[in-house]
Amino acid sequence: MAEVVLETNGLTMRFGGVVAASNVDFKLHACELRCLIGPNGAGKSTFFKCVTGLQTPTEGEVYMRGEETTHWMPHQIASLGVGIKTQTPNVMDALSVFENIWLAARRFHSPQDASRKTHEIIERLALGSIARDGLGQLAHGERQRVELGLVAVGDPWLVLLDEPAAGMSAEDVERMTGIIHELNKSAAIIIVEHDMQFIRSIAEMVTVFHQGEVLMEDHVDRVMSDPTVRNVYLGKKA
Amino acid sequence: MPGSLSKDFVTIIIVTALLIWVMPLLIATYTLTVLIVYGMLGLSLGLIWGFGGILCFGQAAFFGLGAYTYAIAAINIGESTIPMVLAVLVPAIFAALLGAMMFYGRLNDVYLGVITLVVTLILFKFINSTAGPQYVIGKARLGGFNGIPGFQTLNVPGNPDAYIWGDSYFYVCAVLLGVVFLLVTALLRSSFGRIAVGIRENEVRMSLMGYDVRARKTVMFAIGAAIAGLAGALFANWGEIVTPNLFSLGQSAEIIIWCIVGGLGTRLGPILGAAGLAYLKFMLGQQAVIDNTLIMGLILVLFVLFLPRGIVPALAGLWNVSFGRRPLGRIHQQRRLRKRERLNG
Repeated sequence: MAEVVLETNGLTMRFGGVVAASNVDFKLHACELRCLIGPNGAGKSTFFKCVTGLQTPTEGEVYMRGEETTHWMPHQIASLGVGIKTQTPNVMDALSVFENIWLAARRFHSPQDASRKTHEIIERLALGSIARDGLGQLAHGERQRVELGLVAVGDPWLVLLDEPAAGMSAEDVERMTGIIHELNKSAAIIIVEHDMQFIRSIAEMVTVFHQGEVLMEDHVDRVMSDPTVRNVYLGKKA
Repeated sequence: MPGSLSKDFVTIIIVTALLIWVMPLLIATYTLTVLIVYGMLGLSLGLIWGFGGILCFGQAAFFGLGAYTYAIAAINIGESTIPMVLAVLVPAIFAALLGAMMFYGRLNDVYLGVITLVVTLILFKFINSTAGPQYVIGKARLGGFNGIPGFQTLNVPGNPDAYIWGDSYFYVCAVLLGVVFLLVTALLRSSFGRIAVGIRENEVRMSLMGYDVRARKTVMFAIGAAIAGLAGALFANWGEIVTPNLFSLGQSAEIIIWCIVGGLGTRLGPILGAAGLAYLKFMLGQQAVIDNTLIMGLILVLFVLFLPRGIVPALAGLWNVSFGRRPLGRIHQQRRLRKRERLNG
């Protein structure tokens, strides 16, 4: 059995009287790709934020490669070798594509190696023609791709992606799928996503969230055909 | 990332040497010296605000702290070398502690401005209330609103009787500003500087990339305070007296105005803004027709309305349009964006 790279035990997050995530037990193995799905308000993003350190859970624990990270800050978690992409493109708009990726590479490499890695990633993600452009000038899909470059350049062993395909064209989604599959060769990946077509194209295992709890965890085909899931997620009666 | 540090260094050295040669032919060295000191003070805020994204409303606190540290240490030691070093270190350490409290306490934006403003006010009030004989540090009386006069001014290191004053003092200040400018350039070209700019642009993203934003902002804040402290010590030597007005809110506000007028996000802008506005204030002070604060206020309003990015970025833009690479206009950018989106389907 592959190593468990991410584990949560009884993870709970309350905002006043609202329970956004309730007693979530979750395990992810090395080089596994898992999609988190669920309707709006199901607790996916809260779970994502608790795991990435953007929020500290009210109860429960988070472990990464056996090390407890429950109360860690995002930069400490990222320093472990965890690549994080948030829901909206979170980049440095005034800097160029090269500068953005270089800054991400510099965290884990010497200045010279960072430049080399940056060129590699720019080539891999086909960003060469816009490498010197400011991020503020780029289209949404290009910005999403650059942000994936920021994640990939650190050679992560765990990648957390929140809606990577949101607002992208079909061509961009296809390109994004290829990049994610390539990343998945060396890293476990969690994807929070709404786009069912994208999920079917990329994932085998899916975890369904509903009202802050894990409703089901199974193969994507079985999840999609499950009457309970269709009811809560797709709004269809069984 | 592009950029040649050695090319920058050669340019800075040549320009500094030229200015040191030409400027005394136009303006008296006594006036030039204080303009240089203000330029250094402007650069200190320009660095942390323009490149670090830290809007400090209390840069005068570090300026005053540097000046008072120098004066107190000079009275006690009777020689200027160690006081000059202390005038840099004390504000830097004070800023590191204050910055750690703010940044590790996750204070940002307006809260940061309020705290730095309040700290300046506290120092101003405190120093003003130290007129009594009980407020003594070693041999130095703090003097309250009267300030501290009569301390040892700058001397050749190790020789307290060899004073550096007049034209010589101008050359020392000019060279020190050149050195600080070189160091700031090197800092901004280094990984630390580039990361600081990244933090200015997007703290959350930099944090998600593994950078400890709090620690880096604290260090940047302390570096800015060290430069302001050095400017304070040079000012103390120029004026031969330090008073609580160094900590005044007016002084803090002026530094912010210098940076806005000169141009944020540039190294030269805050220096030009500081020297230009300080010289204008000096000229206006020689007439009694119009109150000079009215003129200064009007200048700020005009700049905010018509040149919001400041003098240096405006001149750089003009240069690019006339002689260099033409920046893409908004319409061209949008066309380009639409074309790219069409190609992407």
